[in-house]
Amino acid sequence: MLSTIQPPRYLSRFPLRRRTKCRSLHILSSAEPLTKTSLTDQSQILSIRELLLSRQLSAVELTHSYLDRLKQTEPHIKCFLHVSDSGKVLKQAQEIDDKIKRNEEVGPLAGVPVAIKDNICTADMPSTGGSHILEGYRPPFDATSVKRLKDLGAIVVGKTNLDEFGMGSTTEASAFKVTANPWDLSRVPGGSSGGSAASVSARQCAVSLGSDTGGSVRQPASFCGVVGLKPTYGRVSRFGLMAYASSLDVIGCFGSTVADTGILLHAISGHDSLDATSSKREVPDFTTQFTSASSLKSRPLEGLRVGLIRETVDAGVDSGVKSTIQGAAAHLEQLGCILKEVSLPSFSLGLPAYYILASSESSSNLSRYDGVRYGNQASSDELNALYEESRAKGFGSEVKMRILMGTYALSAGYYDAYYKRAQQVRTIIRKSFKAALVENDILISPAAPSAAYKIGEKKNDPLAMYAGDIMTVNVNLAGLPALVLPCGFVEGGAVGLPVGLQMIGAAFDEEKLLKVGHIFEQTLQGYNFIPPLISNGAFA
Amino acid sequence: MASTLFRTIQIHPFLLYPTALFSRRNGVLYCTMKSSQSQTATQEKQQPPKVKVPQHALKETVDKITRDYEAIIGIETHVQLSTLTKAFCSCPYNYGSQPNTSVCPICMGLPGALPVLNSKVIEFAVKLGLALNCKLSLNSKFDRKQYFYPDLPKGYQISQFDIPIATGGFVDLDLPLEFGGGHRKFGITRVHMEEDAGKLLHSGNGAQVDLNRAGVPLLEIVSEPDMRTGIEAAEYAAELQRVVRYLGISNGNMQEGSLRCDVNVSIRPIGQSEFGTKVEIKNLNSFSSINRAIDFEISRQALLLSQGQGDQIVQETRLWEEGAQKTVTMRKKEGLSDYRYFPEPDLPEVVLTQEYVDSILNSLPELPEIKRRRYENMGLSMQDVLFLANDMNVAEYFDATLSSGADLKLAANWIMGDIAAYMKNEKLSINEIKLTSKELAELIASIKGGTISGKIGKEILFELLAKGGTVKGLIEEKDLVQIADPVEIEKMIDKVISENPKQLEQYRGGKTKLQGFFAGQVMKLSKGKANPGLLNKILLEKLNAKG
Repeated sequence: MLSTIQPPRYLSRFPLRRRTKCRSLHILSSAEPLTKTSLTDQSQILSIRELLLSRQLSAVELTHSYLDRLKQTEPHIKCFLHVSDSGKVLKQAQEIDDKIKRNEEVGPLAGVPVAIKDNICTADMPSTGGSHILEGYRPPFDATSVKRLKDLGAIVVGKTNLDEFGMGSTTEASAFKVTANPWDLSRVPGGSSGGSAASVSARQCAVSLGSDTGGSVRQPASFCGVVGLKPTYGRVSRFGLMAYASSLDVIGCFGSTVADTGILLHAISGHDSLDATSSKREVPDFTTQFTSASSLKSRPLEGLRVGLIRETVDAGVDSGVKSTIQGAAAHLEQLGCILKEVSLPSFSLGLPAYYILASSESSSNLSRYDGVRYGNQASSDELNALYEESRAKGFGSEVKMRILMGTYALSAGYYDAYYKRAQQVRTIIRKSFKAALVENDILISPAAPSAAYKIGEKKNDPLAMYAGDIMTVNVNLAGLPALVLPCGFVEGGAVGLPVGLQMIGAAFDEEKLLKVGHIFEQTLQGYNFIPPLISNGAFA
Repeated sequence: MASTLFRTIQIHPFLLYPTALFSRRNGVLYCTMKSSQSQTATQEKQQPPKVKVPQHALKETVDKITRDYEAIIGIETHVQLSTLTKAFCSCPYNYGSQPNTSVCPICMGLPGALPVLNSKVIEFAVKLGLALNCKLSLNSKFDRKQYFYPDLPKGYQISQFDIPIATGGFVDLDLPLEFGGGHRKFGITRVHMEEDAGKLLHSGNGAQVDLNRAGVPLLEIVSEPDMRTGIEAAEYAAELQRVVRYLGISNGNMQEGSLRCDVNVSIRPIGQSEFGTKVEIKNLNSFSSINRAIDFEISRQALLLSQGQGDQIVQETRLWEEGAQKTVTMRKKEGLSDYRYFPEPDLPEVVLTQEYVDSILNSLPELPEIKRRRYENMGLSMQDVLFLANDMNVAEYFDATLSSGADLKLAANWIMGDIAAYMKNEKLSINEIKLTSKELAELIASIKGGTISGKIGKEILFELLAKGGTVKGLIEEKDLVQIADPVEIEKMIDKVISENPKQLEQYRGGKTKLQGFFAGQVMKLSKGKANPGLLNKILLEKLNAKG
């Protein structure tokens, strides 16, 4: 339960100010002393709850502050494809305030502003998946994860930009706009959940939902310096997530802290009768373990076996990233972990297997976008022409390329050589990870071979872009949970670019990842993962 | 004979070319029972013949030609399951409802919607698999069959490809006596689960899509190419209909499309081992159209082959035109279509435990074939057997009547005769009549035991059918108990004789035919209740007694 979290010790030092005192609210400001003992350092969600329940701040004030920042920063970063009507959002905030005033119970996420990736359906709000073919489409239902968030009191502030239907690693493949990285506006935020990652990084919302088919939560989390959590396949209902590759897709969580992603995951986890692949396994309460750093022992992770995947710090990985990850590994050792290198010989097979399986499934999943029932329909008298033109105009080039690849791989005469073989590789990968996770409690690797690259840099080199997914796709193939959290910087941009550490756990063991991640985060000294452009109020 | 009441011989006079040439048989004759809600087997309404042109000479020529060939027939049957909700969502399905009133994000294929399997579909598939003597796959899966069509909302159909839930079975049946009778066993290749597509409605403003039917569960049954004639194929389909109705998994109604048959026909010269070119026939909405379409197709192909035009038989889909009584080309196959099947990732594998299968096996009803063999062993004629076992409800009624102690032959005759006639006239099913099987047994016993006469029995039957009640109650209420007391009958005879001295004189003068007159008068006096045997015996004694 959320209420079992340790009470904040230094509420007076909490950096959130009442709106009456400070026109522009900084959830975190570089002017404030960075102490890892404040509640804000642990969790924005918890501090929001504390402020609301202690009546230091009203939900309306809080919402205003986020909306103000969103308004200021959005023209520069362009995270959102749709921003919720501020009147509606403030009305929801007012209802929460009214409840608090009447001493009624409010949900654990009451007043928490969340952003939703636009391939996750939201009732009566546009949900385009970043595609022209769904321009203007409004689903008649909320995705299960969105419904659960709303039921717990969260306020949806908007729908975030993405590579069309999740296909891409830069968010440049969106049909509508290119999102910028809040650390360096000339760089990509990563993708495909680039909008969701950047919006958390820019503090336009407290947390956000993304989706991860081959790394689409973890890689942008790394690029934007936020925490990204890819749950075990089956932990979170996919109902309402526009399918890209059904056997790989998961809805994932972004937050500025590990605790926030954990709280968010807890809110959306669990079996859903609308998703036959969602697990009936009981969801443990991940949220009880977020202890404050001051209460930690000196070596809080004593004896934890950590395996650094050798193949992920090999050639082809940026040397700055490599040394940052090695630094993170050293930090884990200081916390008491037993670090060793593990080799996963099948690791490099993951990328081709992933691109065959994901493309194959997507070629099928995207068949429904035919212009017949919803979305953009080309005008034509002839049926085949209607299909061809609707899809030719509706889909972007990356999506078309993957549909073509997938159609090819599933065609008679090629199925065995491609799809079937990729499935066999998938089985090998799953087994090798399983074995490695018997010998190790967690595995670690970089989240991406490099930090964020320049907008346009890889646009015309799809193979180079696909290669960037090497760190993440294996985890999807194996269906495992993985947490990415910022662990340092490499040179780049004005102030350096964040680098994410990926921690991979055994299936359904998000609890361990969150515990280790939280301790790592709370004990990591000397870094500030709020983009200066945001903490300086440069856009104000 | 009672059973003839429901049998009609449908004659198709030869139409103009080309149908006339190829109609080898005079239509179909099945024994079936009609109920008001659903039309069974094959008493479909026929198109009235347009022109009558007897061309017996031509017909004989065609018959002669076809005699040299052997037809190979296989059937793919789609059975729509009568589950409360669709296969992968909770929408109900009701035939004939307003377009797009039974749809949801899932069966409309909206973005983000996912299928969740209705477990009844598995149960029904296992039932049918067992009933068709198949081997069940304890581990099967769903696959996606991909093609574009506006009635297919997701762009793929969820089906089963390489691991169907049931394989390698067979079906036993008995051909109607009118077709020479005989037992047949036809192989079943496979049974698999899949979802139905929607429907296209063509109107003046182009086509519109109705998705009510999209996602309705189907079982596809593929037969071995074991059938050789139209009647065998039609009887195979009729037996499948009986089986699915016995199992309660489908209403099996062909007119509503709950049972759809696509037939593959090829022919080859007798003695040849390799198969001829296969033609698929669609749009077969009745058993008789299956029969006639196949016989037409056999004749068409035979005629072409015999004239050296075998190359004109191409692999294609042909449409049966009921009005014209012929098959016409619908589409030629341009190579094999590639459906790019792959395992459906949204659904877990279908895992059956042996316990589950056994529990379903133990709950199966007595199936038509077993019932027919049982009736046959009880001593019923094949005609009666086929009639009684055709409809499970009739068979159950019959069985219940027997277990209430009724005489076998009498029970069969009553059910197939007056009761069936009544049901037909009133358009009722056997479950809707008011006469219970127990009372029918009572009625039969009352006649047999002499409590009431057969004539009175028949009278009260119709009252029981329409209003219900008990035989005993009716007999008492109407005072219908037979008068079997000789003294009482004698009294009545005396009365009649004394009241008709003239006729007595004539009788005794040699006009012995007048016995009937006296008997009638006595019966009238007894209100029909006098025991006829006793009456006649005493009457004769009295009439012949020397005064």
